[in-house]
Amino acid sequence: MSARRHRFGAAWYAAPAVVFLAVFFLYPVLRLLLLSVQIEATGELTTEHFHRALTAEVYVRVLGITFGVAGETTLGAVVLGYPLAYWLARQPLSRRGWLLMLVLIPFWTSYLVKTFAWMITLDQSGIMNRALVGAGIVPSPIDVLHGRMGVRIGMIHAMLPLAVLTMLPVMLSVERQLPRAAATLGAPPGQIFWRVFFHLSLPGVAAAGLLVFITSLGFFITPALLGGPRETMLAQLIIAQVQEMMNWSFAGALAVMMLLAALVTCWVYDRLFGLSTVAGEATASDRRGTLLLRGVGIGLLSAVAAVHAAIGGAMARVLGRRVLCTFLPAYVVLVLLFLCAPTLIVVPMGFTDSSFLSFPPPGFSLRWFETYFGSPLWLGATLRSFVVGFGTACLATLLGGFAALALARSSGRWQAALFGLLIAPMIVPRIVIALGLFYLFAQLGLVATELGMILGHAVLAMPFVFITVAAVLKGYDWRLDQAAATLGASRLRVLVEITVPLLKGGLIAAFLFAFITSFDDLTVALFVSGGVTVTLPKQMWDDMILQLNPTLAAVSTVVFVLVTTLLVLAEWMRRRGEVR
Amino acid sequence: MPGCCAEVRAEGVKLLADGVSKRYGPVVALEPVRLEVRAGELLTLLGPSGSGKTTLLQIICGLVEPDQGRIFVDGRDQTDTPVHQRDVGLVFQNYALFPHLTVGENVGFPLRMRSVSASETKRRVQDALDMVQLGHLARRFPRELSGGQQQRVALARCFVYQPSVILMDEPLGALDKKLREHMQIEIKRLHRATGATIMYVTHDQEEALALSDRICLMNHARIEQIGTPGEIYERPLTAFAADFIGISTALRGRILGGMIETPEGRFHLPPEAVGVEGSDALLVIRPERLALGQGTNVIAGTVTESVYAGAETRLLFRLATGTDAVLRLPIGMPPPPIGAAVTATWEPGAAVMVPL
Repeated sequence: MSARRHRFGAAWYAAPAVVFLAVFFLYPVLRLLLLSVQIEATGELTTEHFHRALTAEVYVRVLGITFGVAGETTLGAVVLGYPLAYWLARQPLSRRGWLLMLVLIPFWTSYLVKTFAWMITLDQSGIMNRALVGAGIVPSPIDVLHGRMGVRIGMIHAMLPLAVLTMLPVMLSVERQLPRAAATLGAPPGQIFWRVFFHLSLPGVAAAGLLVFITSLGFFITPALLGGPRETMLAQLIIAQVQEMMNWSFAGALAVMMLLAALVTCWVYDRLFGLSTVAGEATASDRRGTLLLRGVGIGLLSAVAAVHAAIGGAMARVLGRRVLCTFLPAYVVLVLLFLCAPTLIVVPMGFTDSSFLSFPPPGFSLRWFETYFGSPLWLGATLRSFVVGFGTACLATLLGGFAALALARSSGRWQAALFGLLIAPMIVPRIVIALGLFYLFAQLGLVATELGMILGHAVLAMPFVFITVAAVLKGYDWRLDQAAATLGASRLRVLVEITVPLLKGGLIAAFLFAFITSFDDLTVALFVSGGVTVTLPKQMWDDMILQLNPTLAAVSTVVFVLVTTLLVLAEWMRRRGEVR
Repeated sequence: MPGCCAEVRAEGVKLLADGVSKRYGPVVALEPVRLEVRAGELLTLLGPSGSGKTTLLQIICGLVEPDQGRIFVDGRDQTDTPVHQRDVGLVFQNYALFPHLTVGENVGFPLRMRSVSASETKRRVQDALDMVQLGHLARRFPRELSGGQQQRVALARCFVYQPSVILMDEPLGALDKKLREHMQIEIKRLHRATGATIMYVTHDQEEALALSDRICLMNHARIEQIGTPGEIYERPLTAFAADFIGISTALRGRILGGMIETPEGRFHLPPEAVGVEGSDALLVIRPERLALGQGTNVIAGTVTESVYAGAETRLLFRLATGTDAVLRLPIGMPPPPIGAAVTATWEPGAAVMVPL
């Protein structure tokens, strides 16, 4: 009897998270779905909104642009990121730790800061144009901003870290013996790479493609700031429909279309690879891959391998192996520069004494930091971001931590469903969640409240908490809990005195990740703040749309330094947690 | 088949490691060693972990570059040949089967790398799998097989392309004792059936004795002794060899006047033993050579334990000097009680003397 109750207990740890997600994630998204097929005033069912979205030329064009940009971004990020991830995977563990920070910092750096960096880098009088003109490559400054190219650069830059970080764990899980085994069986380097390593890393490539594509679908910051009117994406359209037209149903229909696109992508992916790869778990192979697809794939890889082996052999003869070996490191340096340099340009801009954002800054001054710290508007937004971030981190860590515990301890048919629900907020485009929450909060009177923001951000942060804690739990020795229980500790005492202290590193890391998620979020803030309870990203967004100014550089510098510090701390805690 | 093997054997040396050595910084992984593997033989590299056997194996297959020395396969210098172009096969410790390829594709991999035609590949894969009795599992993935089956696939993947030399790196290490013994017989059978030249690495002396045509015993990055299992067991050349292979009673002493003086007494030397007068030596007596009773050489002690192992019973007794001795009781003889005083004897020719 007691044993039965005991087992019953472990799964219940997930109950608070499930209830929370049901109320603040599933319900709002489903409500949005319903809204999209209703006439708002009467509640009558209709397909009018979808009809309009799919027939009016302007909307069809936006849909096309959205998919086009998302597709380009996915291709760019995965192709550019693969060699970097491959190189990282081959580094010795000690060195990989800090090299990885060069990807993690851009990953967690606010999209606003990254986009701001590109705005001043790509500007007509920006550093890139001055370098190009100065070197005589182009006669006059080229206008990259306000066009497709600007959006491409900004989006790929924004998504590259996500692609690398998704591919890396799968690459690391490829057993090191296998390439050596292939070599002893007679496979030359090109064949080894394509037939063995690349094939085994494919689930990671697909997972990266999936996450980048879905995130790109719902993106609006980069296209709004780096693109022109011709690069308007779906999310911008949704924002405009809500904020300017107050047309909820039509916005809902657009959001549902985005959601459907995301879900279909996920479904196809799940059929082929299994969703758990997204969390860095390499399935042993293409278990679900259909036989036909597998055959075609292997045939394709052999062809590529043969071409590679031929070219590689020829190049090795012409250039020598030594020269060939420098290609990858040189490429990696270039990509890391691309990742890190733009953000680093922002920092000196914050210390300029000029009223213009020119690089290099003509002189040094702290006036823009003084402006920032002297402005009640900026300070209020900063303080609010801290409060909301702290609340979010507490709530998400508590709910997500217990959910991870439940999932690690329970097994069976509920596990897959639970896992799916817990990472779903990462897969459903943020703008869809934000819109659904806005509608719900409007009814509950939570718009423009800190509580509303905390609840919304907790939904977004929960998957990060869950994945972080679940990863630490994977190495957790459950016999310690059993030992404590045999020594007379109750379940609660075991949790408080054994489990939580041992997981401390992972839990603190999860807490910090949740904080950063909240601290960086603009999407939920855009709607839920109601324009009154403004957070730091919202204030930055408003300024960036109106007028670029050096205060933004100062604020960006503060945000960048703060987030980087928290991140380094979180990574340090996480690694300490894993070592145990 | 035996006829074919004898023929191959006549060809002589298949693999020669000539003076190869390896250092990792200050650590000597392998002192310069010279080792010949004859065509068609199964030679075992035996030694404790860290004795250099895996390093030697990796140098031979090309995964590790030697600091000095050359590797010859079939008389050709292969030292600078990259791994994938060497005609040397390797069976990995934990199989290293490709998880994304089926059993059949795994076995076919080395053939595809050698551009063997599809039909030929198909036939040879099937033959190789039939040879390890897995012909019906070609379409499965490795993870769907048991440990023993995965091991057979790894063997088939190596035998299928008939490399000049097959290296096996503790291939049975992950299997349980029963399965391991079964697979040893399987490997012997494959060896006989194919006439392949095999170099086998293990730290398990029983496995080495059971499998090998010859054993190369390694210790401290050096070769300690090379010989047939019988030679190594019956005639160890060093104290390490005597101690590492089998169990025995070892009496430490000094050669004086054609006898060996030990704290336990003066004993006759084995007839063929060559000892320098006045030098230290170790007298080694195997348990089956030692019998209860009186004779030319006698040691006395008290029984500390009797170990029943099914096929035999061993009697452990401690001599007055504190040295432990062990003998095999004749079948059917009841062991004396613990604490009983016993004497044991051996023929001078039944002991081995090794220099210290």
